Amino acid sequence: MNAQLVQFLQLSLNGVAIGSIYALVALGIVLTYKATEVLNFAYGDILMMSAFIGWGLIAVVGLPFWLAVLITIAIAAFLGYMLDRHIMRTIVGQPQFAGVMLTIAVAFMLRGAVSMMFGPTSRNYPTPWSGQITHLGPLVIADLSLVILATALLVTALLFLFLRYTQLGIAIQAASQNQLAAYLCGIRVKWLNSLVWGVAAAMAAVCGLLLAPTALVDISLWFVVLKGLAALVLGGFGSVPGAIIGGLLIGLIEQFAGVYLPDGFKEMMAQLVLIGVLIFWPRGLLGEAHGRRV
Amino acid sequence: MSYFRVENLSLSFGGVHAINDLSFVVSQREIFAIIGPNGAGKTSVFNVVTRVFSANNGRVIFDGRDITDTPRHRIVDCGIARTFQNIELFEGASVIDNLLLGCHRFPYGNLVAELCWLPGIRRVEAEARAKVEEIIDFLELAPYRTHIVSALPYGVRKVVELGRALATQPRLLLLDEPASGLNPEEARDLAFWIDDIRSDLGITVVMIEHDMSLVAEAADRVMCMNAGQLLAIGSVSEVQSNPDVVAAYLGT
Amino acid sequence: MRFDYDTSYADPQRLLRYRSQWIAYGTLVLALIAAPWVLPPYYVGELNYLFIVSIASLALMILTGYTGQVSLGHAAFMAIGAYAHAWFLNNGLGFIASILCASALTAAVGLVIGLPAIRVSGLYLAMITLAGALVTEQIIGRWKDVTGGYSGLSVPAPIVFGFDFGSLRAFYFLCLFVLVLVLSGLLNLMRGRTGRAFVGVRDSEAAAYTLGIWVGGHKVLAFVISAFVTGIAGALLAHHLQFLTPDGFGLTLSMELVLMVVIGGLGSLRGAVFGAVLIGLLPTLISKIKPALPASIATQFGLETFVFGLILALFVMFEPAGLNGRWIKLKVLLQNFPLYRRNTFRRGKVYMHSERYR
Repeated sequence: MNAQLVQFLQLSLNGVAIGSIYALVALGIVLTYKATEVLNFAYGDILMMSAFIGWGLIAVVGLPFWLAVLITIAIAAFLGYMLDRHIMRTIVGQPQFAGVMLTIAVAFMLRGAVSMMFGPTSRNYPTPWSGQITHLGPLVIADLSLVILATALLVTALLFLFLRYTQLGIAIQAASQNQLAAYLCGIRVKWLNSLVWGVAAAMAAVCGLLLAPTALVDISLWFVVLKGLAALVLGGFGSVPGAIIGGLLIGLIEQFAGVYLPDGFKEMMAQLVLIGVLIFWPRGLLGEAHGRRV
Repeated sequence: MSYFRVENLSLSFGGVHAINDLSFVVSQREIFAIIGPNGAGKTSVFNVVTRVFSANNGRVIFDGRDITDTPRHRIVDCGIARTFQNIELFEGASVIDNLLLGCHRFPYGNLVAELCWLPGIRRVEAEARAKVEEIIDFLELAPYRTHIVSALPYGVRKVVELGRALATQPRLLLLDEPASGLNPEEARDLAFWIDDIRSDLGITVVMIEHDMSLVAEAADRVMCMNAGQLLAIGSVSEVQSNPDVVAAYLGT
Repeated sequence: MRFDYDTSYADPQRLLRYRSQWIAYGTLVLALIAAPWVLPPYYVGELNYLFIVSIASLALMILTGYTGQVSLGHAAFMAIGAYAHAWFLNNGLGFIASILCASALTAAVGLVIGLPAIRVSGLYLAMITLAGALVTEQIIGRWKDVTGGYSGLSVPAPIVFGFDFGSLRAFYFLCLFVLVLVLSGLLNLMRGRTGRAFVGVRDSEAAAYTLGIWVGGHKVLAFVISAFVTGIAGALLAHHLQFLTPDGFGLTLSMELVLMVVIGGLGSLRGAVFGAVLIGLLPTLISKIKPALPASIATQFGLETFVFGLILALFVMFEPAGLNGRWIKLKVLLQNFPLYRRNTFRRGKVYMHSERYR
């Protein structure tokens, strides 16, 4: 194969690898959105905090990798549950803007707390796949990236089936569309919402633990939530398969922009895509069209 | 003499025909009621007239002018005002501010005059306030003048919405279920008000209603719709005794 | 107890109706005029900063509080105003001409951003403005010829009609004058037809259409006005900072502006000023508290972010009407004393209603 094609395929592979992270982030956000109609701006900070906790457990306390991962996910899930139960529940019934503001506030608090406790230096921790790469013909991909891709696909499939086919999943969607009616149908709305937040936080922990070895355990990890939002918008707001497709596409677009476009575009690409999609095609690829009945 | 005419109106959302080849005529200073079961397309007719949706087919003609394609915010300039089934008031504002917004369409001043609060603006504001006070008098809203709308009881909010529609000085008033949620006393007041609107203010009224006693008391002619189509049209007694209408809507 | 006894239709719209208001605001104005000679220079500089962010906060209040258009990227407008003003000054324009051109440029950008806002609303607008702010930060950083990139751009002193306002006291009065001008203009706008129309667009677009309000046009107008005023604030900020770098106009400043507006109380200009004062003073307050905290917390730089988040969270959870809401409740308490009931402002239980399918 000639060099051009190899570069094209390698870029595509890299794009899919990084795109899987974006897809996972988008999935976590779409889950809370589908359940409580709140856009969780704190997702990136829960992600970042989990990375720091993981580092602490692996590098400082010295626990084996898998144990540290499980404990971190448990801590994050617990935190997510408590977050909804004590903080998000106080603003039920207020317009969507209040929810946005509150999650931004929580994001600030998490960011500040982690900054204060761990300081500004970047850190790293070893994983079972550190330094290992797989060769696919002339192409190279890190084992860690394969793991990320597999995790993303697995989580997407589980989430999709859960929301579509289980009673719990349908109950969650019902509660988001008309909360009072859901109560009257006997759905334990408050408990469900907190459960969803816990699951979303657990997903954030998974993202953080998988992303950190590549991007380093650093405060700036929270930025990935902005890429996740771009992925969500591209794929179509409120759509679970859309989140995955959007994430992969953003990853691919970024990689290609880094090579084929002038310097500096790569960092902006996700935001430019978000702006472009919202202006010209607000529904995104697979989004639902919403109208207001008067 | 047709004042307000709907010709062969059709509206569909995907495969759902909300309105199917509907035609009717309303004369000037008439009180015209539209009845029918839920989902018959009654509110859709209002939505098409006020350009919330664009009709797939047909025309709407008001006072000799084809208004099927006028931009949505110009309908009130043609002289048509409406109220909504689920109250669409400005919840954060007071009753006075809601009514003053009804006067939005009248000539005002330019941006610079507003920024400097010139005497011309002060005069226009005072005139608008005077007009709005007349409506407050007419609808007995004086106790609620400065209250924020979100704090008011349901019946009062319906009246505020009626007042806001009147503040635009319309020639045709579209009322979407004005009596829903009102107790019998308030509904009786409403019947008197609608009659006064017609006789004192000279406004033609088209109203969607489920309260048959209000319809019998206030309306001149009635139209019954079902599944987007015209079922019966005529005087109140004619429509009430029509067997199709009884089967589809009124019951025995 | 206060009972309004209006004798003319103009009375309810008067800005200063009651004698207590004349006294209170009069005292405030006198105190502000006397301040540069009474306070130490550090605090005069602080007040300058507060005036400038108050202007920006007022602008954002018009957009978000009155018209309901969320903007999480308003620092971009300040950046455009600041850099454009510096560029015009460096290229020979006089102060007033430069500030007006810079603000007009910012307003033009506001127009461009306002146009998609017609179709896009709420959450989506929040995301688009956030993305826009990030893109602007990148553009400023990379367009080195005009903005000096990350090496920075120096700003000449403000010279109006030959008089140098660069000194601390002169600049103080310049900022105060601009603030009063902007405040009175916006107060007039909001008590007239435009202000009512903005509130109409915020509360119910469907009803606004039926009343003859061109919803799209008013949204764009809100963006243009807001951007213009923010451009003015940005230009003044340029003189305050004296040296411009892109990281001074990043996400942090955008978030601070949003915090000012939300904590101040959406929908009131007084709230915008309250919020600006609180958030503008917060870094100073925090640095005063730091010596009292244990060394491990005080030395890290995350404390400010944490406190910002904490204050925002507390206000959103327990006082959604913001500082202005508290002010009104306090006023009613004092007016009705001792007959004030604790549940005067309590509203019934509300359930979440989906805004997707309204």
